[in-house]
Amino acid sequence: MLVKNGLVYQGDKFEKLDVLIKGTKIERVAPSIDETEATKIIDAEGKHVFPGFVDLHTHLRDPGQTHKEDIISGTKAAAKGGYTTICAMPNTDPIVDNIATVEYIKRKAKDVGYCKVSVIGALTKKSEGKELTEVASMLEGGIVAVSDDGGCVQNTKIKLNAMKYASNFNIPVIVHAEDYSLSAKGQINAGRMSTKLGLGGIPALAEEIIISRDIMLAENLNCHLHIAHISTAKAIQMVREAKSRGVKVTCEVTPHHLLLTEDACDNYDTNTKVKPPLRTEKDRLACLEGLLDNTIDFIASDHAPHSDFEKEKEFNLAPFGINVLETSFASLYTELVLENKIELTKLIEKLSTSPAKFLKINSGLIKEGCLADITVVDLEGDIHFSAETMVSKSNNTPFINQTFKGRVDTTICDGVVTWGAGTKS
Amino acid sequence: MQNELNFVGRCLYDLNDYTAEEIYAILEASKVMKEINKRDYKKLPTLKGKTICTLFFENSTRTLMSFELAADRLSADIVRFASNGSSLAKGESLQDTVYTINAMGIDLYVIRHNLPGSPQLVHKHTGKPVLNAGDGHHAHPTQALLDIFSIWEKLGSLDGLKITLVGDIAHSRVVRSNLIGMRKLGAEVTVCGPKTLMPSQMSEVYGCKVEYDLKTALKDADVVMGLRMQLERQSEGLFPSLEEYSKLFTLSKETMKYAKKDALVLHPGPMNRGIEILPEIADSSRSVILEQVTNGVAVRMALLFLMLGGRM
Ligand SMILES: [Zn+2]
Repeated sequence: MLVKNGLVYQGDKFEKLDVLIKGTKIERVAPSIDETEATKIIDAEGKHVFPGFVDLHTHLRDPGQTHKEDIISGTKAAAKGGYTTICAMPNTDPIVDNIATVEYIKRKAKDVGYCKVSVIGALTKKSEGKELTEVASMLEGGIVAVSDDGGCVQNTKIKLNAMKYASNFNIPVIVHAEDYSLSAKGQINAGRMSTKLGLGGIPALAEEIIISRDIMLAENLNCHLHIAHISTAKAIQMVREAKSRGVKVTCEVTPHHLLLTEDACDNYDTNTKVKPPLRTEKDRLACLEGLLDNTIDFIASDHAPHSDFEKEKEFNLAPFGINVLETSFASLYTELVLENKIELTKLIEKLSTSPAKFLKINSGLIKEGCLADITVVDLEGDIHFSAETMVSKSNNTPFINQTFKGRVDTTICDGVVTWGAGTKS
Repeated sequence: MQNELNFVGRCLYDLNDYTAEEIYAILEASKVMKEINKRDYKKLPTLKGKTICTLFFENSTRTLMSFELAADRLSADIVRFASNGSSLAKGESLQDTVYTINAMGIDLYVIRHNLPGSPQLVHKHTGKPVLNAGDGHHAHPTQALLDIFSIWEKLGSLDGLKITLVGDIAHSRVVRSNLIGMRKLGAEVTVCGPKTLMPSQMSEVYGCKVEYDLKTALKDADVVMGLRMQLERQSEGLFPSLEEYSKLFTLSKETMKYAKKDALVLHPGPMNRGIEILPEIADSSRSVILEQVTNGVAVRMALLFLMLGGRM
């Protein structure tokens, strides 16, 4: 396969190059590769060629909650959004706390998926925050990290032991930081909007106290702590300081925390109900600043789909979480790159190169020898999000019925087209 | 009665959607209704043929009675849906419930729900005007209008009045709606209560003053409103005891000395006598607490009349 005449991501710049793919790998990247060297040509004239996006935080809902999403619809949504590798969070039904469930996801993704799926195992059994999981055997099944995401271990002693145990295997521990005693009954950020709407508030403190605790644990244990969906200015500052004194801590931010604030929750739109909640403008700007100065390592989707009937409810009764995989690139490109808040190269680094490095996969760059994980994007192309066009089973995104620039034309995963012309059916 | 203002087909979620002029028009209409309520024969044929549905998902006998009496006096038909023992208890969603009811030909909904934003949801799924009779801690616009009416009737105008609201501010939809309405009509409002029962950024959101000391809060007040203090806040760890609460925040002869001499006293009810207010104040000549209830029927008649386009 030959991707011809595109503007190809080369780290800090884009160059007009051709990309020759043989099998699953990139064979050559050069200014002009003869068309006779390939049987299939993808014309990328006027388009940008990025390394496939990598997502550390996807809720695939499979097994057990397949009315919300399944491995087919979720990976298809990923391919449509330009992703070639995603990581499945373990809060399914059953919880991914054993090798059998790890293998189920890996096998099904391999058989019917539209992108590669790495699996994150649970940190504690049933994610109940009580007993440790069999990390060693889940590692045999191929997990890449452990996390009780969706929930948060409240007991400090158990968290300490779980992190200590995981550090034995050099595997990152991902924390969803939430002090339940502070977030209880909370619906949106505690602040101006919760006061106005009479909704229970989730204070920034609920996130910051756990992050502060876990940074201390990571420092003490010399364990790799990864903070999921960081959202407050103070939390980001804590990570910045921890990194500068050499703590093994990394973190991610979601597209919605980079783009939206609590103001979006006015009118009780349940498509804005996420955890952690959309915060203040000050927090949003801190997320952006943290991304630019690399305090925040990469962007992760926290794709958390739900059915319409579950979201079309009283705000308090609707579940937390939104559809993200399909909207992330276009929304970030339109709202941040086109508004000169971030360079396009930086955005690609944060969507692909950096998370690929985190996962230690041979992806995230377009150069000879790398896996042929490639996303061809028409930056001028419009993409409209509506219930009719979503390929995820879920339509619940705050960007529903909106149009953005930056349409993914073709996604190639391990040398196979997974989205766009010539997709396998 | 004002004709150029249009209320027909609109919802009343809270007072922020209504201008000061519109609020005054509601007050004027309420005054007419109040006169009618004093007659021997209190019934008007004006909403004959209209059907009003009261959706009450939260127990509130008094508010429900007030609304149903208001609808009755205007000759509207009333259908009542109360969630106790009916479909919602069986797990039917609010959406499905209102789809079903709407098929019966409803002209206007009155909803009381413990979850904020529910009135918006009812409108979304029915397309009909919805009158919020209290949604969670969010809003209770008819209570605010009757409070404002009670003040307006006695003092003529709210412009420049000093009004102090005392109690559990965090859990009060009455306070939130009153703040919006009173501020629109030019009053200076102070809220007062324990710090643990004060939501964040009140002054930023509502343009009010926030005080934690009752005497300071009452200083020179023209109007004082006490709020019901609920014992359950004690078990939630928000204050230590009703005794200590009343020591700090009760409206008594002693504390009311700081307010203006003839300051009006309001309370949305039901009252905890001896906790947030002492009988010496609740039953005093400055108290309009019972009249608030009378005014409630008039205000609700006015709203139903205006929203359903009734004719005099
Ligand atoms: Zn999470």
